[in-house]
Order: sequence, then structure tokens, then C-alpha cells
Amino acid sequence: MLELQGIAVSPGVAIGKALVFDREGYSLARCLIAREETEREWLRLVEAVEKANRKLEESREQTTATWGQHLGGIFSAQQQLLLDPHVRFETEHLIRDKQYSAEYAVSEVFAKYAAAFRRASSSFLADRASDVRDVERVLLEALSGKPAPTLRELPHEAIVVSHDLTPGETAAFDPSKVLGICTEAGGPGGHTAIVARGMEIPAVVGVGNFLHNIRSGDEVIVDGHLGRIIVSPDDATRERYLLRRKARESIATKLQELRDLPAITSDGVRIELMANVEFPHETEACLARGADGVGLYRTEFLYLGHDSEPTEEEHYQAYLQVVRDMKDRPVVIRTLDLGADKMGMVRPAEPENNPFLGLRSIRLSLRNPALFRVQVRAILRAACAGDCRIMFPMVTTLDELRSARFLLRSVSEDLWAEGNYTPCAVQVGMMVEVPAAVLMLDRFIDEIDFVSIGTNDLTQYTLAVDRSNDSVADLYQACDPAVLRLIQRTHQIVSAHGKSTSVCGEMSNNPAHALLLVGMGIRTLSLAPAAIPVIKKAIRSVTLGQCEAMAWRALRLSTAREVEAFLMNQLAGLVPEIVLQA
Amino acid sequence: MHRTVTVLNPEGLHMRPADKLVRAATAFQCQIELERAGQIADCRSMISLLTLGAMQGCELVLRAQGPDADAAIEAISHLFDSQFNEP
Repeated sequence: MLELQGIAVSPGVAIGKALVFDREGYSLARCLIAREETEREWLRLVEAVEKANRKLEESREQTTATWGQHLGGIFSAQQQLLLDPHVRFETEHLIRDKQYSAEYAVSEVFAKYAAAFRRASSSFLADRASDVRDVERVLLEALSGKPAPTLRELPHEAIVVSHDLTPGETAAFDPSKVLGICTEAGGPGGHTAIVARGMEIPAVVGVGNFLHNIRSGDEVIVDGHLGRIIVSPDDATRERYLLRRKARESIATKLQELRDLPAITSDGVRIELMANVEFPHETEACLARGADGVGLYRTEFLYLGHDSEPTEEEHYQAYLQVVRDMKDRPVVIRTLDLGADKMGMVRPAEPENNPFLGLRSIRLSLRNPALFRVQVRAILRAACAGDCRIMFPMVTTLDELRSARFLLRSVSEDLWAEGNYTPCAVQVGMMVEVPAAVLMLDRFIDEIDFVSIGTNDLTQYTLAVDRSNDSVADLYQACDPAVLRLIQRTHQIVSAHGKSTSVCGEMSNNPAHALLLVGMGIRTLSLAPAAIPVIKKAIRSVTLGQCEAMAWRALRLSTAREVEAFLMNQLAGLVPEIVLQA
Repeated sequence: MHRTVTVLNPEGLHMRPADKLVRAATAFQCQIELERAGQIADCRSMISLLTLGAMQGCELVLRAQGPDADAAIEAISHLFDSQFNEP
């Protein structure tokens, strides 16, 4: 039995057989080649296409001989996909101009078309995606000389174990087959985390090197609550986890009964529980769990795993769907928060030494106004369909906020001048994630309508800890008294001006932390849809006085460890039903 | 040169018909396109034809430009009319 600690990024417990995707085998590394090798790489691909074509030709002849021309025609059609001039043109471009390896170019181009077909409304096209994948597999096999199974077609249910996963790989997951995810690399805001949460698959990332200790077929437990991975568990451990999983399931069933009840303390204080979402389809989970709205709509998925920048229409449709699905409930759209660990396609010219302190988030948007305008236009257009609000991430200085607001105003005027658009009042908020913003909040507050505290980044920037860095990850504690003081100060300033503060970081997902936040005066929490029932249960089990007493004591403690221990203790006393014995 | 053609095949312009269409189109020198509601597909490209998502009953505008455009239009409309000789 081997126990490893990583970062819990998607809750739940998964027990199953490992499927290891290593660099050589399953996974296609984002592999670039030297400029002088591009010609050879292209010729290598041309050869592989010929080889793959011969293979398909053989299949066609065999199938035709056995089953007739009708079925053999499938392979003939696949040959056309393989030899398609558009596919050829695009792969050539990726290899020659972008220096992609042949494998990587092939997988990107085919993945793009397969995704386009899957997105199409007709089932006829969606089925074509599997033909595209077949052809891709044959071609990759021809390139490598060995079979290359992919994550898209897992032979059986499995826990996917890998060094890291590309957006293309995670986006293609079949949630009915992938029981859990565990990666050596990755952080809480990475795309693996985002996709896993969106699909509600238990996941632990940032475990560090361990692939040499595990083989496909080994039994693995992924504990997405505690961020723990157990390889080849002994009987006692497996039993313990099976019991815990069962206990959680029965709690979840009971909690589901609270769906239509409000999150209200036993003495009648209403707490708004909003949902954090990444993908438009998650509105279903939000409504099923009784969310009061969407408190954080991350928009990065539009940029990840695509070759080109999303068009205004793509943005608009993605936003409109959520605004419509949520009916009259508020939807807070956060503008592009790319950069650092979530690199999309707009990159700084030079690799950054310190990406978390670099050109990311609102900085990246303000530096690319053309791109930023496209997103803002789409948000303003979607806002006409309901209560849609806009929120700027990682605002550090007042100048940034003013530049963003200036752009917002000019976009609104443009839309109005073009006709077909009636400006509507859109609330504008900022995320408080940088200590500088807390310190200067009294100057920001008159220029915004609401504030949302992103505790993940606030913790990281306050404590100077990169939590995707194994060596210091243990220093990352959202309950560190320094972070709590910043949250308290933020709430005091915002409420003194009659405006509202919400908390949308991972703190909101943790029942003990959520009660602490309520005790500190926060009345709006935004959290993963999956966490809403348990937080609602916690809130309905306590009085505001109990939360306030809890906060009063917690704010007088001196270390994160003391705060955490105190809170766990309090939670066990106040809401024993949701506390599981580890 | 252009002409309107209709997809008669019950399963739409799926893999096999598209395959036959590409093979037919590559035999001509001219540029041949199909348009469906503003979306244009290159008849030499399987992927681009499939992306049209043309179902049975769908009307498409067939266009050809080049030396043998007339013959190409004739041959390809014939394919549509004969349901691509599909069983």
C-alpha cells in the first residue's frame, strides 16, 4: 500500500483500477520540434499517411470481400478523411509554421474536427466524430508503429493516472468511464481541475512523481476530499473507504431533500448560495441543487483546447444559454482569467519567470483590448436576456479598474450606435484577490457595484505560496489568520458602503469555512454546484449567533493550524451529521 | 455555373455519399463548391462536406468554376438525383 498526498481539486471518492497514461504510450505531449527538423517531420507524416492509407485499403478489401461493398464503403470514406486536403493543409501548417511534432499536429487537427462534429446539433454529424477518431488512431499508429489507444475510448471504467492531461484529452473524457483522475502535475486552477469539477469526477492533482510506482490495473483510491491517493490499498483501508463512500452517498440522498428549501440559519438569516460554473451545461446541476444563481461563471473554457480565438457569437451563445437557463436568477460572468497555469492561446512574447506575478487575467485582457472587447460585447448582449453581471478578475490597481470600465462603456456605446441593442443596467464588480486591492478598497468601492473575494488567489498572494509547488503547498492555508483579516477588512469596507461581498473561492465549499464566513458577515457564498447541499445543511443547522461566536474566536487565534483545528471541532459539535470520521 | 440540388438519401449526405462526391469532384479540374445556408463546402474535402450536416430533403447550391464546370455540374447533380447509387 502506498499513500500519497496531492491537491484535492474535485470532491468525491473513487475506487477502481488504474489506467496509466504515460508520455510514450497514451498521452500525446504538447511536443514542439526544432525549426530545422520541420521538413523531416512533414515527410515523416506524409509517409505515415501513405502507410495508414494502405492499412485502410486492406480493411476495405477485406470487409468488402466478407460483407459486401456497402460496408466496405465505410473504409473508403475513412480514406477520404485521411487524405482530406483541408486536414493536410492544417497539419502542414502546424508542423511547418508552428513546429508541432507530427503526432501532436495530427491529434490537434483531428480533435478539432471531432469536437466540431460532436458539437453539431444533428446526431448524424455527432456520429461522424467516431470516424474521425478512427482515422486519427490509424494515422497515429502508422506514425509510432504501435497501437495508440486514446482516453476517449476507455475499454472499461478506470481511474486515469497521468503526468498531466492536455485540455483536449480531458475535454474528451467519457464521464461514465472515468471514475477518478490523478495527475503528477497540475494545480487547483488548471484545466484538469476545471474539467473534473465540471464533470463531478473525483480528482487529485499535483501529487508529484509517482508514476514509476503504479501500473495499469493496480487498484487505486482517489480521495477528492482530502487530496489523497492510495495505491494498492490493504483490505482495512479499502473497507474504510467503501464505508465512507456509502456514508457520503446516504448523506447526499438526505441532503437532496433540502433542494427546494432556502439556505437559512435556524434563527432566520438568509444566505445566498450561488454556483461556480465552468461550462454552460452545468446550469442543470445548479438548478438540480437549488442554486440561487451563478456567482462565478468562469469563461476560460472558451479559450482552452481551441486553435483559434473564440468569436463573439461563440462567447454570446455560451453566456446566453446560462443566463436563459438560470431564468431570473443572477449570473455573474467573470472576464478572461487566463495566464499563469491556465494558458490559452494569447501568450506573452517571452516565457515568464514568475507567471503568477506576470501578464495574466485582467492584465492580459487590458493588454489585448481587441480580444477583450469581443468578450465584453458578448456579455453585454447576453445581459439583455436576464440578470447578468460582469466581474473583472485580479484587479490590483484603480487604474486597471478604470481602464476596464472605460472599455466597457465604449463597447456599450458601440453596440448602441449599431442599433439592435438597448443598453441595460449591468452591475459591475471586481474580484478581490490581491492584498493591494484590499488595502485600497475604500478607493475602489465607489466605482463598483459589488465585490467577490477569490480566496484561492488571495491566499496565494497573501502568503506568497504557489500551491502547485509541492515543496511549499503545505503553507497554503485559506484559514491563515492573515487571510481571514483581509476577508474581514474587505467585508467591513464593502458593507459600510451598503454594497455586498460574496466569497467565491474554495473556502465556500468547506462547511466549517463557510460557517466562519457567515459569522464574519458574508451573506453570499459561491461554490461548486456539488457542494451546495452540504453547505445548505450546515447553514440550516446553526444560528447566526453561533457562527458569529465561532468567527469571534477564530479571528483571535494566531496560526492557521489553530484556526483549522478549532473550526473542525466546532463543526463536529454544530453539524455532526455531515462530519465523517476519517 | 450553379444549380440547386436536393439530398434524397434517407440518411443525408453521410460518409459513403460524401466519399463518392469527393471522388467525382477530384476527377474534374474546376473548383466545385456546395453551399447550405451560407456555409460553403469544398467538394474535394470530405471533412468540409460532412460539416454541412446536410440531411434528407436539404437543398444545396452546387457551384463550379473552371474549364470543365458544365460537365462537373452535370455529373454531380446526377449523383444527387440517383441518391449516389446507394442501396
